[in-house]
Amino acid sequence: MSATPTHRPRAQDSRDRGGPAQPLLMVENLTKHFPVRGGLLNRQVATVQAVDDISFSVQKGETLGIVGESGCGKSTTARLLMRLMEPDSGSIVFDGDQVGDRHGISVSEMRRQMQMVFQDSYTSLNPRMTMAESIAYAPRMHGLGRKDAYDRAESLLSRVGLTPHQYSRRYPHELSGGQRQRVNIARALALEPRLVILDEAVAALDKSVEAQVLNLLSDLKESLNLTYLFISHDLNVVEYMSDRVMVMYLGRVVEAGPVESIYRHPRHPYTRALFASKPTLDPDRRTTEMPLTGDPPNPINPPSGCRFRTRCAFAQPRCAETVPILTAPFEGDSDPAHVVACHIPAAQAVQHV
Amino acid sequence: MSNEPVLRVEGLTVRFTRRNTDVAAVNGVDFSLKAGETLTILGESGSGKSVSLKALMGLLPAYGKVSGKVWLNGQEILGLPAAALAKLRGGAVSMIFQEPMAALDPVYTIGEQIAETIVQHEGCDNRSAMKQALGLLEQVKIPSAERRLKNFPHEMSGGMRQRAMIALALACKPTVLLADEPTTALDVTVQIQILLLLRQLQEELGMAIVFVTHDVGAAAEISDRIAVMYAGRFVETGTTRQVMRNSLHPYTQGLLSSTVHGGMRGRALETIPGSPPNMAELPPGCAFAPRCRYVADACRQGDLPVVTTESGTMARCVRVQQLVAA
Repeated sequence: MSATPTHRPRAQDSRDRGGPAQPLLMVENLTKHFPVRGGLLNRQVATVQAVDDISFSVQKGETLGIVGESGCGKSTTARLLMRLMEPDSGSIVFDGDQVGDRHGISVSEMRRQMQMVFQDSYTSLNPRMTMAESIAYAPRMHGLGRKDAYDRAESLLSRVGLTPHQYSRRYPHELSGGQRQRVNIARALALEPRLVILDEAVAALDKSVEAQVLNLLSDLKESLNLTYLFISHDLNVVEYMSDRVMVMYLGRVVEAGPVESIYRHPRHPYTRALFASKPTLDPDRRTTEMPLTGDPPNPINPPSGCRFRTRCAFAQPRCAETVPILTAPFEGDSDPAHVVACHIPAAQAVQHV
Repeated sequence: MSNEPVLRVEGLTVRFTRRNTDVAAVNGVDFSLKAGETLTILGESGSGKSVSLKALMGLLPAYGKVSGKVWLNGQEILGLPAAALAKLRGGAVSMIFQEPMAALDPVYTIGEQIAETIVQHEGCDNRSAMKQALGLLEQVKIPSAERRLKNFPHEMSGGMRQRAMIALALACKPTVLLADEPTTALDVTVQIQILLLLRQLQEELGMAIVFVTHDVGAAAEISDRIAVMYAGRFVETGTTRQVMRNSLHPYTQGLLSSTVHGGMRGRALETIPGSPPNMAELPPGCAFAPRCRYVADACRQGDLPVVTTESGTMARCVRVQQLVAA
């Protein structure tokens, strides 16, 4: 760890196999449907299409933000990536190696390099383990000796801003929410991962503590050369943290691209409505009209074609017939990396937000 | 609308005493509220904002000792007998909660729950109560209200349940609505719908709202005035504009600057160091002093000065007093 956070060239990481141009993570056609059982014979009566055919990649050193409302599949995506759930189909390639493939890397090797921080800082820690035990657990499981594992735990505690001699022997209930989330971050870093998935990692924290943890995450990313997948429902926090953003709605990606382009020129009608719902923080510019009516539909048996069409002001018959695919808008001035899944060009006309 | 406050609170304190611990949850809260006005109590978890609301409604457990004075429509209500309080609750004053699923009864339909309240308070028959319930569901803009009347809470989406709870709270046309984080559990597209609905209902019905939240964005959308609460006290109160734009208290300033909003990319966030105090061991003087960047010796002693500026903003702070004097 260098004292002054500067960008080390990627090549210094001996685990970097593909070079800087190889995305750290490539996900293709990832799908997970959950059966809903019911009735007399407990037959499958419906399917929750939690994640439906999504593809994306994460470049080395970047932060990819995923935003969307509850039920859009953002947390399921995270769990599928970590293989906490088996995907129905789709491939995950980590730094050029297919995960779970005979010629690629195993799931446990992938987990060594990809770690996750969850929303609920309390339930994600074992109540019977001290902080040092929790952090040292994974390194010990992966073969590090007891003494070394505990040394690592202590250095990680101080890395996340907790004095080791004060906190290493404490139990989860003796810490505040912000302190526990720092411990969860330390635990995620214990195997020296390259990619960290942050699934609503700051959502449960008070604002003054959230800001501290966001600063910590930015510092750690710089100094440890990390790549983040940052999942949140908070549009402002995603804008602050991410380099690229992916907007999900009912299990599909509706829009993706560089953060400035998405936030300045959102093109999908859903993304626009989402941004328009954001409180303005200005008492003189209060929202006066509802950007959207109703709640997101149930992901059980979602609408055919474009899933947003039932709430969309621009919907036309073809929106019900074919599923729109992610494409770059036609206009010349737009960023080619900014892609939108929408049939209706008029709905996507550039607006300045 | 008269200028008389419909709700006036003076020196509200709440202490929880159990075995060896004595938690000072609310330490002297004063405010008054006119008809049609919205006061937001903004604070982080543990600041005493929800406890204050529950104390007003008489909803605290027996070991929570409430003192101070509360007038509702000119009548003093703290210390009223239980039966008289029960008449007020759901009648002249009602409350909505963060979790509608927990606040609604899962074994009765929405219609039955609303009608029950109306029968209880107005003594009318069930059929006309049901008719009023239908009108209420339409008023809170629940689509196909007739059908929804027969729905159980679990058959509705989160946003719909929150609307149903608002309908229930409005059943007896309260003069004061207490709202305890009603939009916190909702998605952002639904949250703005509920905030707009509350604003519109307030215009129609002229009720006063006390809105409790930790979300600065929601506070800016809904309130006329904001009271910032820290460690059981209002540390700053003022109009929404004053608090959002020209806050005086260092805690308010820290809270606003650590709230992430658009256009902050690439800058480190200004944070408040440390964490909120333990309410069982509050320091003498200013409870924010250990985290305050302007802390001086005077902050740690005795009573804090309450400073009121010309524009009507109140701040409880030694430094603000010096700044105003200078």
